This record gives sequence, C-alpha cells and structure tokens, in this order.
Amino acid sequence: MSAVIENHHDDHHHGPAKGLTRWLYTTNHKDIGTLYLWFSFAMFLIGGAMALVIRAELFQPGMQIVEPEFYNQMITLHGLIMIFGGVMPAFVGLANWLVPMMIGAPDMALPRMNNLSFWILPFAFFILLSSLFMEGGAPNFGWTFYAPLSTTYAPPSVTFFIFSVHIMGASSIMGAINVVVTIMNMRAPGVTLMKMPLFVWSWLITAYLLIAVMPVLAGAVTMMLMDIHFGTSFFNAAGGGDPVLFQHIFWFFGHPEVYIMILPAFGIVSHIIETFSRKQLFGYSSMVWAMLSIAILSFVVWAHHMFTVGLPLAAELFFMWATMLIAVPTGVKVFNWVATMFKGSLTFETPMLFAIAFVVLFTIGGLSGLMLAIVPADFQYHDTYFVVAHFHYVLVPGAIFSIMAAVYYWIPKWSGNMYDERLGKLHFWLSFIGVNVTFFPQHFIGLAGMPRRYPDYALQFADWNMVSSVGAFLFGVSQILFLFIVVKTVMGGKKATDQVWEGARGLEWTVASPAPYHTFTTPPKVD
Amino acid sequence: MSLKYFHNLHLMIFSALFVFASPMHADWFALNMTRGVTDISNEVFELHMLIFWICVVIGVVVFSVMFYSMYAHTKKKNPVAASFHENHKLEIAWTIVPFLILIAMAVPASKTLVKIYDDEAGDVNIQVTGYQWKWQYNYLEDDISFFSNLSTDMDEINNLVPKGEHYLQEVDEMVVIPAGKKVRFLITANDVIHSWWMPAFAIKQDAIPGFVNTAWTKVDKPGVYRGKCTELCGKNHGFMPIVVKVVEQEEYNQWVDEKKQAAIKMAELTTKDWTAQELVERGESVYAVNCVACHQTNGQGIPGIFPALAGSDIVMNQKDKNIEILMEGVQGAAMNSFSYLSEVELAAVITYTRQSWGNAENGDGEIVVPKDIVDYKKPKI
Repeated sequence: MSAVIENHHDDHHHGPAKGLTRWLYTTNHKDIGTLYLWFSFAMFLIGGAMALVIRAELFQPGMQIVEPEFYNQMITLHGLIMIFGGVMPAFVGLANWLVPMMIGAPDMALPRMNNLSFWILPFAFFILLSSLFMEGGAPNFGWTFYAPLSTTYAPPSVTFFIFSVHIMGASSIMGAINVVVTIMNMRAPGVTLMKMPLFVWSWLITAYLLIAVMPVLAGAVTMMLMDIHFGTSFFNAAGGGDPVLFQHIFWFFGHPEVYIMILPAFGIVSHIIETFSRKQLFGYSSMVWAMLSIAILSFVVWAHHMFTVGLPLAAELFFMWATMLIAVPTGVKVFNWVATMFKGSLTFETPMLFAIAFVVLFTIGGLSGLMLAIVPADFQYHDTYFVVAHFHYVLVPGAIFSIMAAVYYWIPKWSGNMYDERLGKLHFWLSFIGVNVTFFPQHFIGLAGMPRRYPDYALQFADWNMVSSVGAFLFGVSQILFLFIVVKTVMGGKKATDQVWEGARGLEWTVASPAPYHTFTTPPKVD
Repeated sequence: MSLKYFHNLHLMIFSALFVFASPMHADWFALNMTRGVTDISNEVFELHMLIFWICVVIGVVVFSVMFYSMYAHTKKKNPVAASFHENHKLEIAWTIVPFLILIAMAVPASKTLVKIYDDEAGDVNIQVTGYQWKWQYNYLEDDISFFSNLSTDMDEINNLVPKGEHYLQEVDEMVVIPAGKKVRFLITANDVIHSWWMPAFAIKQDAIPGFVNTAWTKVDKPGVYRGKCTELCGKNHGFMPIVVKVVEQEEYNQWVDEKKQAAIKMAELTTKDWTAQELVERGESVYAVNCVACHQTNGQGIPGIFPALAGSDIVMNQKDKNIEILMEGVQGAAMNSFSYLSEVELAAVITYTRQSWGNAENGDGEIVVPKDIVDYKKPKI
C-alpha cells in the first residue's frame, strides 16, 4: 500500500523548478529555509559593517571618521538589522529546514504563507536601508526608539522606519503561526509533545511569544505614527501624553523578544551537545519546563529595562525579584548541558566547539544579567557599556554562535557534503577570540563609567576601547572565512553519510544526505 | 617650498596619529566601579562586589565541572558514554540552591533600595532640567538659575590640539552644593528624555519631559565630581557632561551671594541702551552655546533636519515672528522655546543672526534690543 502511494507521488512531483522562479514562487520548506538563511547572512554582514564603523570611530577618543549624527544612525540601524534581519530570520530559516524533518512532516502547514512571510522581508529592509539616503538621514534614535526622540524630534525617515517595522512584524507573525500550526497538526504518528526534539519545543514556545508580542510592537509604532502625523499625543507630555508609556509598551514587547532570540538557541545547543557527547540529554522534561518557565516569566520582567525612569519602590522591588527568578530555570538549562557532557564520550568537531563556547559565554552573559537585575547596582550599570557587554555576550556568542553551530551541524544534511573541518575550527577560534577581545573589555569600560551610545569619550576609557575595536575587526573579518567555508561546502566536498554524526539521533538523520526535495511524504513510523 | 609642504603634512599626520589623538594617561587599570563618596554609593559598591563574587564562584564551579569533562571524558579516554539521565534529587538540588542564593542577594539589595527611595525634602533642593544638549540648574530656595554647558574646545574633539585632562568632562559652570547637607535633585527635561548620572553619588535618574523624578545625596567630602548624560538624547548626547562641586557651607553661602549679585547686574543690563555692535558681540557667544549645534556656525543648518538661518526670510525681514519663534519654539519640530534665556541674551542672539551671513545686507537689517523682549513678555490684550 505505502509503495503504491510513493509511486503516485513520484509521478506528480518533480524536483525544484529551474532558475529564479524556483526561489520566487517556492513553497518548499527547504528552499524557503535556505532563502531565510542567506538573507540573514547578508543582513549579518551589513549590520556587521555598521558595527565596524562604530568601533572604528571609538578606536580613539575624539571624532575621527563620522559625525555624531551619522554615528547615531549607525547604532540604530546596527541594532535593528542584527535583531530583525540577522538573528530572527536565521532562526526562522532553521525552523523551516528542520521542524518538518524533525517531526516527520512533508512540509510546513501553510506553504504559501511561508513564501509570503519570507518575500516581504527584503522589502522591509530595503525600505529601512534606503532611509540612509533620505534627507535628514536614517533613524537616529537607537533601536529602542524612545519617544519623544523618535516622534517629535525624529528625522522624516521615521515614517519609513515605522512601515518597515510593520512589515517585519507581519513576516514574523506569519512565520510564527506557520510553526505553531505545523507542530500542532503535522507531527508523525508517535511524535507526542513530550517526544518532540528540543529544537521543535524551543520553536513552539518561541512562536507563541512572537504571536503574543509582535502585535504589541506594531501597536507601539502605530501610536508613534499617530503622534507624528495625526496630531495625537500618546507619548507627548505637552499634549497630556506619557513618554514613559512608550517604554512600558516597548519593553513589554522587548523582553519576550530577548527570549525569542535565545530559546531556539537552547534547542540547537541541546541537540549538538547530546550528539557529540554520545549520550542522552540529561533531563529532557526539565529542559522543556525550564523553557516554558522562562517564556512565562519573560512577560513579567519588562520594567527591569526601566529601573531609572522613576518607578515607585514597590514596582522596582517586584521587577527586581521577578527578574532574579529567571536565573533559576536558566541555571537548570546550564546544569543540564554540563550533566549531559559529564561522563560522555566527547569529541570536539566545529559544531561542538561553538556549542561549548555558547554554554560558557552565554552563562557569563547570564551572570552579568543577574548583576543588572540588582536595582541599586543597576543605577550604576544602566545604559553604560556594562549593559552593552552583557547583551552582546548573550546575543553574539549566544544566539549567533548557536546559529553558526547549527549551520556546521546540519549543513552536511542540507548540502550532502561535509564542510572542511580544519577551516571550521579556524573559523571557530578566530570568532571565539574576536568576540571575547571585543566584548570582555566592555565590562571594564562600563564599570569605569562610560555610557553607551557615545560617539566620543573621556580619556580614561581609551585603552580598553582600542582593544575592543581591534577585537571587533578580528571578529568581522573571520566571518568572511565563514562565508567561504559555507560556499565551499555547498559547491562540493567529501560526501556526507545519511547519519552524518556518529551520535546524532532524530528523524532528520534518517533521510538521505542531501535531504531530498520532498521528505516524509508518507509519515515515518516512530515508536 | 614643496619640501616644507611635505614636512608640514608629515608633521600633521604624525601629530594626529600619535600625539593629539592618543590618550594622555594609560588607564589599563580602570576596570571596576568606583566606590564613590557617599554612604549610599559605598553601599552600592559593596553590593556590586558581593554579587560579582557570587557570580564568579558560580561560574568557576560550573565551568570546572565542564572543563573536567572536556578533559577526562573525551572519546579517547572514555570510548563508551555512561547512560545515566534524570536524577530527581540532583534536579531538585540545582533548583533549590540557586533559589536560596538569590534570596541571599535580594535581601541586601532590597534594603539598600529602600534607603535610596527616601523622597523627603532636602536642605538644599535643586531642580535639574535636561535640554538638548545641556543641563539647567534651579536652586529652589535661593532663586538661582543657570545653564551648564560642555566647555571642551571643539578643536580638542576634532583632534586639532591635544586633549586636556578633563576632556569631555568639563563644563562652563559647575553645580555647587554644600558638604554634609542633604541635597535633593528634582530631575526633569524640556525636550527629549535625558538621564542625570553622577557615579560618585550612585545617582542615575532619567530626566523625562512632563515628569519630575527625585534623587538625593549627602556628600561629606568637598571636591569636584564628574558625571554624564546616560539616555540617548540626539546628536550631542555624548557632549553634555555633569560636574558637581562640593564645598564647605561657608564657601557655599559666599557662592550663593555672588550668584545673586550677578543676577541683579544682569537685570540692570536689560535697561541699558544697546548698540548693534555690542549686541552682535554678545550674541555671537550666546549663539555658540545654544544654537550652533543645529544651525551650524555658518548659519546653514543641516538640510532636511535643521533649517538654515542664513538667507531665511524670517531672520531677514520678520522681526516679530523671529522673536516669537525663539520665545515659543516651533510646534512639532526640534526647535524649542528659548524663553528661559535672559532678555539680553535673547536680544543679542537674535540681533546676531539678523546681522550675520549677509542677512543684514539682504534683509531689513533691523536689530532687536532687550526692551523688545520685555515688551513681548508683557501680557497681550
């Protein structure tokens, strides 16, 4: 019976269409995953180039390369592009490639919407980047775009920024709905919720967070639009509005957003550590519960970004305690990874190196996050380079390392070829050193008193800023090597086996390498 | 000739690279928060160190286990992995223990926070107002009011001359407060959100238009303390430092008297007869402090953001409208009201813009005297 069904499929399904239309019209989750991943890499390079402009200006005290006005545009676009163009689409790309294969589904549940949610993204970023060439320049109010700097005092391009954020939000919401519907409806028989791979779990939770908070962001920018063009005063004190309201709304989106950028990383790292330890994950169910607790807590901690806005004492205490609580499930995750490695049979291929670096450096970022939760101390840390160091530790060697680890781990399955292990390790070590040389000294600069978003600084911060800039260029240049390795792997190389990694477990490793254009057209049998 | 030119160029490049742009002091040891000079700032510092060391210990323990595994449990040394997983006792332990550690952190943190949140009136109460890009200080009891601007020379910022010791941390007029007295700051803003940060007092409060936030301090040790704006507030966010000078009570009283005398003198100036030349001279410095950041030295503004004053019809021909814009600001634009400047300053700066950049030649060339501003301020029927 099943053989008959497969024949039937073979008759009607061909491989991918030829040429550009393959990519424009595709509804194939693998194609769309690839599109997302290449798009996010392009954004990563653009956002990275902006980071290098920032670090070049900060190499020495004094204004050398750019004007303060342009500097502010760089910090704003760097943040927006890396978050909405780099990290988020990369995770959506991974979800597209992996979720259907991991749960034994033939494709995403809503393939046409999948195509749409990708193809509106390039327009969003084209609009955002085009604002650089508009009169008055690009948005210059920081990626957090606090009103009234982003409303009454914004350059005219703010309207384009708002439109662009709306498109990004629509894309994210569609992507998230697709993930939820796929996971809820298309699991192969036997793949129960508590048997789902952790990456699938992490994305299920992430998708719910996205659906919950992206509309809040859309609301915030719409209120800005009304204030700017239609005479309302949501955020304008002179008209009876409230600038702090903006921050509450923004961070009600913004804090879950932080976890949107790290939860899928938790899933990825769990798989990789398991594989290269050749040992079952220590505590699967506690990992699931930890992710759920983090997601729920993320809705009640937003004001820890606003400890200095003059909240009442009771609010400060509540948000401090709630924030500290997040350390408990986060600790559970870290302990689980360590316990999984303990008494394993470890090898250190490139994905494992990135995963181990993730655990160590993400933990450092987590611990500095705990320090930031302490309100009296936060009065000293807030809006200094200590914060910059903190969130770059969780985002660069956190989220971005996990994405790189995922690429090295799954690219043999995607392309059918093994990547060059020696180059991969070289890329890892250059990135690892680069990241730490860049961001570790920023802890010192921040504690010593340098505020963030400063184009120029007092002389006592000069030495470590110079070190940080050198590290940034090292990290930036190493990513060209990453591009080279990926292209080389896609073009050819040692053929990968279906299993690829000795310790790999999961449905995606049961299909051929490279994964056929259509997989699991009949559901696999899962015990 | 060409040799000399080459020599000069050579010198310029060298000096730019190695002398002017490079820091004067090596500060490789500026690694940690400083203690500050108040009881609160000391408490905050202790809290910071306590939590820092707890984090270090947690990190060292977790990473030691991990690094030990990486060393001892490699495939070479341990070809077959153990098969254990899930251990409820261990899992409960690593949930409960962190929770207890958190409580140990939360207790002192909450205690310190309660101390900081004391909003009773101070012996001296100062209203602090953030502007793009300067601070205004209003001494509520003594009716003293002044602005505090960055005093670092633009040439230092542009690497044309060596940078001074207090590069970007110096102002034209410091906030003066008495030692040993409780000083309360009432912090607000006039345009966008700023944030008033004085690390030595462990005070950081956002200055928000429409809100008044409070913070207080009691500094026993006289001295000069330096802080910064810590909320992105536009182009010159990095260029609006804060400098507080703490002096003994006697010296403080003397300072208050001097400021009051100066205010009386300023009032006298308003009634004086002014010539265009005097106003232009005075206006140039007012312009340099208040206007130049947006409208630029050459009066050309920045296309698309800040309008040009050179060749502007309002500046050339519409004296009354010109005064009105400075007094009221422009609705929905970055141009704020400058009515907080003195009558003399306003008249001088308007006259300066009307007489500069060819505006006098191309326009009506009328000047504005302090009396015009006084008249504008009179209630209109």
